[in-house]
Amino acid sequence: MTTAERLAAGAGPAAAIARRLVIFVASGFVASVVVFAFMAVLPGDPAQVALGVNATPELVEQTRQQFGLDRPLVTQYLDWMGGLLTGDFGTSYVTKEPIGPQLVDRLGVTLWLVGAGMLVAVLIAVPLGIVAAVRHRKPSGVGVSAAAQVGVAVPAFLAAIILVQVFSVQLGWLPSGGWTPPAYDLGAWLRGLILPAVSLGLVQGAVLTRYVRSAVLDVQREDFLRTARAKGLRPYPALVRHGLRNAAVPVVTVLGVQLATLLVGAVVIERVFVLPGLGSMLLDSVAARDLLAVQSIVLVLVVGVLLVNFLVDVLYTVLDPRLRRS
Amino acid sequence: MSTRPSALSALVSAAVLAAPLALAGCTAGSTAMVAGGPSTLAVGFTAEPQNFDFTTTDGAAIPQALLYNVYETLVKIDSDGRITEGLAESWDISDDRTVYDFHLRDNATFSNGEPFTASDVKFSIERVQRDWTISLKSGMDVVDRVEVVGEHHARVVLSRPSNSWLRAMTTRIGAMFDPNGVSDLANDPVGTGPYDVESRRRGDSVVLTRNPEYSRPGDPRPEPDYGTVVLKYYADATALNNALLSGGIDVISGVTAPDSVPQFEADNRFRVLQGTTNGEVVLAYNNRRAPLDDVRVRKALTYAIDRKALLEAAWGGRGKLIGSMVPPTDPWFEDLSGEYPYDPERARRLLREAGHESLRLNLRIANLPYAVSSAQVIASHLKKIGVTVDIEPLDFPAVWLQQVFTDGDYDMSIVQHVEPQDITTFGDPEFYWGYDSRRVQRLLSEADTAPPREYISDMREVARTLSDDAAANWLFLFPNIVVAKNEVRGLQANQVSEAFDLTGLRRQGSS
Repeated sequence: MTTAERLAAGAGPAAAIARRLVIFVASGFVASVVVFAFMAVLPGDPAQVALGVNATPELVEQTRQQFGLDRPLVTQYLDWMGGLLTGDFGTSYVTKEPIGPQLVDRLGVTLWLVGAGMLVAVLIAVPLGIVAAVRHRKPSGVGVSAAAQVGVAVPAFLAAIILVQVFSVQLGWLPSGGWTPPAYDLGAWLRGLILPAVSLGLVQGAVLTRYVRSAVLDVQREDFLRTARAKGLRPYPALVRHGLRNAAVPVVTVLGVQLATLLVGAVVIERVFVLPGLGSMLLDSVAARDLLAVQSIVLVLVVGVLLVNFLVDVLYTVLDPRLRRS
Repeated sequence: MSTRPSALSALVSAAVLAAPLALAGCTAGSTAMVAGGPSTLAVGFTAEPQNFDFTTTDGAAIPQALLYNVYETLVKIDSDGRITEGLAESWDISDDRTVYDFHLRDNATFSNGEPFTASDVKFSIERVQRDWTISLKSGMDVVDRVEVVGEHHARVVLSRPSNSWLRAMTTRIGAMFDPNGVSDLANDPVGTGPYDVESRRRGDSVVLTRNPEYSRPGDPRPEPDYGTVVLKYYADATALNNALLSGGIDVISGVTAPDSVPQFEADNRFRVLQGTTNGEVVLAYNNRRAPLDDVRVRKALTYAIDRKALLEAAWGGRGKLIGSMVPPTDPWFEDLSGEYPYDPERARRLLREAGHESLRLNLRIANLPYAVSSAQVIASHLKKIGVTVDIEPLDFPAVWLQQVFTDGDYDMSIVQHVEPQDITTFGDPEFYWGYDSRRVQRLLSEADTAPPREYISDMREVARTLSDDAAANWLFLFPNIVVAKNEVRGLQANQVSEAFDLTGLRRQGSS
């Protein structure tokens, strides 16, 4: 019996978390193989792309050797993985720069964007979802639900285009794109982050509003809340004091799933707002057939999503003691 | 227990928010940010350089940013296609046209402080032959040797007369390097030009600042008016337009969405300049493969496509009809756009003569806007003469290069050919056109060594032969559309060189 299996067979929260960890690591490994295999069959020769039209076949072959593309695939994979495990992402043969620092730099931008988008989504969803639930029979509650329904159907990039048209081109209040690092100029950074974050957060906020609404509705039907109301508490104080913590469990699940969606959505938003994040790096690297960079970015994204799922699972077991035993 | 979930979620959100802060903190050194101000110019581009080394990485983006601005050449090309002085103040050509004597500026200096001398000319030219890997390096094959006659006198000896060589010296292969400045070309370019690369932020911008070594006392060349130039990169055409409209940049180097031009023309804050480029948008016929190996079929397709209507529909009428592989700024330009007037009746007749009642052809195009919109027009025009077209957009450059360019697996294709004097590709039977004409090959090799007057007439003859053979279908010449804020002056309408030349730009009102 391996340590992992022994842990998995055991009981208690530690074992549950260990089991999730094993799944997390195994998925990460499988993902790396899939990503590498996919890159290997992707049409287009990196050497040819670097050399452009008019390149002679000899030159292309020579460049392939230089890039190390003539080696067996297994060697290339092991080389890549070996580097990754020691924290070395390798040097891009397109940009001729180490990929690791680039990746960290770009990831910083994307995390800001995703974090800010998430914040916008939560700021929209929690108050609106509660209002929609508490007043679900009144016109205002129905109105919020309907608005959320419409919001779900608006793609983030469309929201982005409309926001840019109104707030940048017409009103001139906010920049239409570009990135200023917070360390350089905090005000400019914030101004640049608002529109992308709102574009990304609006749709997710609409989705989340519906989940918050139904979670709150469920909680409202619970006996303990009826008791609280019977004690004479008004609807909102009763909810805040007794209901929200219980409504949080399903909402956290959705938040976890949404974090993954946001990460993917950020790729498109970065393109619209010309933000130098992981998404734009991915698209540029694909176009240049910078395979080493593409592999690493995709793997970072996949591991990021897996990590979010893992953390959500762990958070569950903490939030809801009943799940520890299952 | 009542506080546990909220404390936990606070912890998680704090962690999520803190991570980028930590990341941003450790990478602040790599930012490419500059303070704005009247001496700063921001120019928007679409294609970002992947690195700064154009000696081993092909593509238009690197020379566009660096040539003439950071790296200088002995001779430059002006916006009318004439060869003018660069780092060489003058040059003499021997009677047999194989010996070029370049008289160099005596006060040019590299950005690392090294003086520019004749030995740098020798180093740079020999380095093209020895170390460069991009295909353009073949332009230097004709050089037999370089001699350092004096500190500011370099002599280049060619193995045979070549009319194209001096012209090629205006492109990136003519760039002058310092032997002490080539250790990290990909990241740290060292040139004699008015600007030096200050910083870059990938996916965002490159910042150029005035090279303090440029225009020393005694140099007649003026210092650049803008102390800082930010080259901003926008992969998306709409984002590029919005950046100018919302004041994020001062100049759009080349509009890639023609529909957006009228809104700039109607806005009195901006000026729109429209000129020509070297970019021929070509409908390639696979001359090697049936049925397009039959000249009658190629002619039929050429008669069947109404290029005037195509230009109108695909690119808003902006661009120029050319009729052969020659832009108007080449000295041997001749307007051949009327050679195949739109005539579907004649096209059908030619197809029948070739033995085809109907045809089915693939059209494997670059997945770029000009190609996609042109392809749709072509498919509808060809349908009228019984030719069914299967449009297949391919990822450009990677998949297109593989499938069409390298493997030659296509019937028809559309791509823009931007290299100067790329008419010579028709002399290479291995090129993806599959065009193998003894006459064109002979004319091209004779033209290069011929006296200048015959050079022009030979090249004209090549262009005419290509048109007569319907070797390809030149749909239109890509327009150069520059939009700028009113106060930015000195922009060129025509894009003839590989560079986006910043040296002549100035603010209105400044001296």
